[in-house]
Amino acid sequence: MKSSLLIIFFSSFLQILGIFIVTFLILHLLPGDPIQVMLGESGSLADKVKIRAELGLDQPIYKQMANSFFQIIHGNFGNSILTGVPIKEQIVIAMKNTYILALAALFIAIIFGLSGGIIAAKYKDSLLDKMIVSSSLFFISIPHFFLGPLLMLCLSIWLGWLPISGMESSFSIVLPALTLSLGMLAIIIKMTRNCMIEIINSDIVRTARAKGLSEWSITINHIFRLVLIPLITIIGMQFGSLLSGAIITETLFSWDGLGMLLVNSIQSRDYPITQACIFIIAISYVLVNLITEVFYKIVDPRMRDT
Amino acid sequence: MKKIVLFVFFFWLIGIVIKLFSGFDSNQMVFDEILIGPNYISWLGRDDYGRNIFYRLIDGFLNSFEIIFIVTAISSFFGVLIGVISGYFGGKLDQLIRYITTLFMAFPGILLAIAFAAILSPGKFNLIFALSIGGWVSYARLARAQTALVKNLDFVKASELMGNSHINIIIKHILPSIRTPLIVDATYAIAGLIIAEASLSFIGLGLQAPMASWGGMMRDSVRFLLVSPHYALFVGLSIMSLVYCINFFGDYLNQKWNIKNNED
Repeated sequence: MKSSLLIIFFSSFLQILGIFIVTFLILHLLPGDPIQVMLGESGSLADKVKIRAELGLDQPIYKQMANSFFQIIHGNFGNSILTGVPIKEQIVIAMKNTYILALAALFIAIIFGLSGGIIAAKYKDSLLDKMIVSSSLFFISIPHFFLGPLLMLCLSIWLGWLPISGMESSFSIVLPALTLSLGMLAIIIKMTRNCMIEIINSDIVRTARAKGLSEWSITINHIFRLVLIPLITIIGMQFGSLLSGAIITETLFSWDGLGMLLVNSIQSRDYPITQACIFIIAISYVLVNLITEVFYKIVDPRMRDT
Repeated sequence: MKKIVLFVFFFWLIGIVIKLFSGFDSNQMVFDEILIGPNYISWLGRDDYGRNIFYRLIDGFLNSFEIIFIVTAISSFFGVLIGVISGYFGGKLDQLIRYITTLFMAFPGILLAIAFAAILSPGKFNLIFALSIGGWVSYARLARAQTALVKNLDFVKASELMGNSHINIIIKHILPSIRTPLIVDATYAIAGLIIAEASLSFIGLGLQAPMASWGGMMRDSVRFLLVSPHYALFVGLSIMSLVYCINFFGDYLNQKWNIKNNED
């Protein structure tokens, strides 16, 4: 088990290194002068030289790479070109907001996804089951940038229950979290239902029934525990779509997270921030995958030696 | 369900026919009718510049599909090429390619496309580039896994013993046998690309105004959600229904050919 864990850690480390190199090179491999792009047509020569020295672009590329790697390890992402403020502070606040949003979405998706899936499987082929399955199909194919406006329209414009955007009141999180979660919720429902139906017909459940356990005790103690393993995998795999979905959702609802910071920085051509955001999002994704895989090995004894 | 899917495909086909025969200009503005709802002349109403939403949706559809067609062609060509080489020859090269594909997959969803589209100036060519950069990976992974399976089958071995060259074997035997799962995968990839392209346009990295794009229309429509919800509804429904139908078509092909995906 130890050696297989070591391999996972090593490959994640390689991935992180790769992400760093890719995000670093994006600015450097482009045709033309990045400084020119940053400053636009009107940039003066003095400004160019100043920014070039500030970003260390006058040094050879391997030195720049080593430098910036060293800086990032220390949590230093440099300064914003526009405001001159260290990026670290902005990133930390944005990260906090994005994680709050992502966790809220995850919470909604797991609670309602699991219960929906269990109910659908318990009452298989009933009207309720069909309703749950067809609505989950609907939510899988609806993109975030349409689901968001749809929820805004229904829940805040027509019904007036929730604030439409921003982060002023504590209810502001409901709409973006719902928008972000419904796709994942649908996938969890689908997975839980199929998995449950498979397990219901297995030997474990037949034995439990023969022992005379109650239906709900079987559901919770036997079936549910077996559903947990694929559930963890799905959550780990879907976390990436949660993060990339957050870019659209945050822009839509003016939620001050990494996604909105990324989009704003792109629009204002503040490339160091863009770079830092992309780096952080990709790293979070790799780390979540790492945690999922390690967790998987702990939960499922069959996985330990592979 | 099949009827709805056929209806949606037919709807856009009619749209293209209308475009071909009437040659309308989707940028024509009628200032008296800004943001009015559906009526006889403009079936889906007009947008914030008084432009016909239906016409703009058709133009957006054509613009999107031009981009998606080119991106699919580029990424499937390079993806399959790299995947087949990696799966067929194996060894050190295979390991390197596998590392590169896992590296690309570390960027969730459209993040890589956003990164490249952000740094390059917005425009059609750069959009195609940004979408293709991450697009080839899924093709390469699937082609690699399928090739690795097929290359050990008897008829490939026999062909090898008969003295056929590697290129000959790949073209004559490997490619035809891995074709079907790749086509199904491409169908799903196209559905994903519609959303990716619209997402990029939504955050202002896609086609620039006044060119019609579904993502751009979605972004504009959200600003007028309060006054004219029909704008956002029609644009959103168009994207969603098309994506749903393409996915449905993919499922249909999948069942028809009875494909067992064994991606590694």
